[in-house]
Amino acid sequence: MSILIIAEHDNKTLKAATLNTLSAAEKIGGDIDLLVVGANCQAVADQAANVASVNKVFVADNDVYEHQLAENVSKLVVDLAKNYTHVLAPATTTGKNMLPRVAALLDVAQLSDVVAVVDKNTFVRPIYAGNAIATVTSSDAIKVITIRATGFDAANSEGGNAEIVSLDQVIASEKSRFVGEELAESDRPELTAASVIVSGGRGMGSGDNFKILDGLADKLGAAVGASRAAVDAGYVPNDFQVGQTGKTVAPDLYIAVGISGAIQHLAGMKSSKIIVAINKDEEAPIFQVADYGLVADLFDVVPELEKAL
Amino acid sequence: MKILVTVKRVVDYNVKVRVQPDHKAVELNNVKMSINPFCEIAVEEAVRLKEQGVATEIVVVSVGSKACQETLRTALALGADRAIQIEAEDNIDSLAVAKLVAAVAKEETPDLIIMGKQAIDSDNNQTGQMLAALLDIPQATFASEVKIDNGEAQVTREIDGGLQTLAITLPAVVTTDLRLNEPRFIKLPNIMKAKKKPLEVKTPDELGVATSSNITVVSVTPPEERQGGIKVSSVEELVDKLKNEAKVIA
Ligand SMILES: Cc1cc2nc3c(=O)[nH]c(=O)nc-3n(C[C@H](O)[C@H](O)[C@H](O)COP(=O)(O)OP(=O)(O)OC[C@H]3O[C@@H](n4cnc5c(N)ncnc54)[C@H](O)[C@@H]3O)c2cc1C
Ligand SMILES: Nc1ncnc2c1ncn2[C@@H]1O[C@H](COP(=O)(O)O)[C@@H](O)[C@H]1O
Repeated sequence: MSILIIAEHDNKTLKAATLNTLSAAEKIGGDIDLLVVGANCQAVADQAANVASVNKVFVADNDVYEHQLAENVSKLVVDLAKNYTHVLAPATTTGKNMLPRVAALLDVAQLSDVVAVVDKNTFVRPIYAGNAIATVTSSDAIKVITIRATGFDAANSEGGNAEIVSLDQVIASEKSRFVGEELAESDRPELTAASVIVSGGRGMGSGDNFKILDGLADKLGAAVGASRAAVDAGYVPNDFQVGQTGKTVAPDLYIAVGISGAIQHLAGMKSSKIIVAINKDEEAPIFQVADYGLVADLFDVVPELEKAL
Repeated sequence: MKILVTVKRVVDYNVKVRVQPDHKAVELNNVKMSINPFCEIAVEEAVRLKEQGVATEIVVVSVGSKACQETLRTALALGADRAIQIEAEDNIDSLAVAKLVAAVAKEETPDLIIMGKQAIDSDNNQTGQMLAALLDIPQATFASEVKIDNGEAQVTREIDGGLQTLAITLPAVVTTDLRLNEPRFIKLPNIMKAKKKPLEVKTPDELGVATSSNITVVSVTPPEERQGGIKVSSVEELVDKLKNEAKVIA
């Protein structure tokens, strides 16, 4: 068995989701190689080479790969993939964007958002917003899989000494051009890596009101998340959204404030260790999954909670 | 400009699905079915492009059993011009769907293909990307804004870190995210009109596509249910519980 993992990074640092993907690969077993595709991304390759269970690190470092566009990166991956039994990427927006192209070009299926490995051919993934859990077997010669980070602990990022191999293949991106981006700047931990999350919903009432969660988040060293309704209403940007079609999180502590608990929201946070819900409606479905529920007006209790910490 | 839109019939998003007692599949008998919400957004976007004079024709495609004709009629009522059902078992693999739609796209030669980013039953999020690869055309997934200009689509995408804008050469595949638009309500006269719009049925054989799969479902089980916890009566009690019982804060 041999596994190729497509590393998640921003040309500077290797992202934690890569390490969760690695521990999924360790469960499958066999040699694990990592592929870093980007521009001026040697630092990432060095970090990857340092990860304990990595055998070899391939690095394709060229301006054409700067924004990791799906069209050319998938072609690069396909060329390498033919030497492997499994090709894995984290189920991030980058992995989800690119990996299905790889599967199609290899003429194999893709298993999305895998949360557990049964054996080298058999995998577990949630369907229907996590209301059912499917166990599936694949007989494809190459298994192409995206890994949901919350399903696996992070692998050890230290102690390795993998060989770094440069790929000099340059595949231009002719039909897709990067125009610009607006990335959220924040001193807070990333939502998917935070051990505490404070999330707000439509109950926050406005973008200005949403700021009362900042004080609480600061005290807890927490990331701030949101429901779809809060994002749709423009209280916060899209990258805050937790849920079936947003981010999946599993922190030690998730505090849901003014969120009703629709199945689509629960799908993204149900695996949190401890859930706290603050909602003025005692019938809100969020209380069915909350370890500690507080029926109250959030505008009274959030400032109080901040003070009490 | 011609737009091809794919629509999938799925369990309505309001339904909390249950697993069959034999753990083979989810219970779909007597469950409300609807157009996949992301596909509805895809149709709406196409209709808006037509209303703006950018598009001239909208063809909707669904892969599935006869029941998906209902979903196609919904899309026609939203404003699509004609429909194609590809007769197949429900819930075949994404790769097979992509191959079937690719075969239709080769016949129809659309300038733009709009799809949902995700079907809310399989939660696969892959068919659009696969189709783009099979046709060797560019893609812009998770779109929250689409502008067509000069043979290009300028698309803003919702990504983990925020927003990214790409310019892709047409023909191309765009997959929709929630913020792209809010689909209109269908008016009764449009439902009547939709009944008269053309709906063609094709088979995988006619399209020369094999729909076999290398994936077998071993079991479908209910998720571990979380035990509901307790209600606390004050902030003080909450803090005490978090510190001393759950031990998640210091
Ligand atoms: C295809 C699809 C995908 C979706 N994906 C997602 C997703 O990824 N993530 C997601 O979150 N949703 C998603 N949704 C939306 C989901 O169905 C719900 O509409 C949404 O989660 C509701 O958000 P909410 O709980 O903030 O708002 P609401 O349901 O309106 O709830 C607001 C809550 O705030 C409480 N409240 C109001 N004022 C106060 C106050 N002063 N103090 C205390 N409590 C107060 C109310 O009692 C209420 O319970 C999706 C829907 C669809 C159709
Ligand atoms: N059976 C199908 N018929 C028509 N369109 C489909 C079908 N399956 C998937 N699609 C399209 O592909 C998108 C993504 O689906 P998926 O990759 O399964 O999550 C959906 O939103 C649809 O637009």
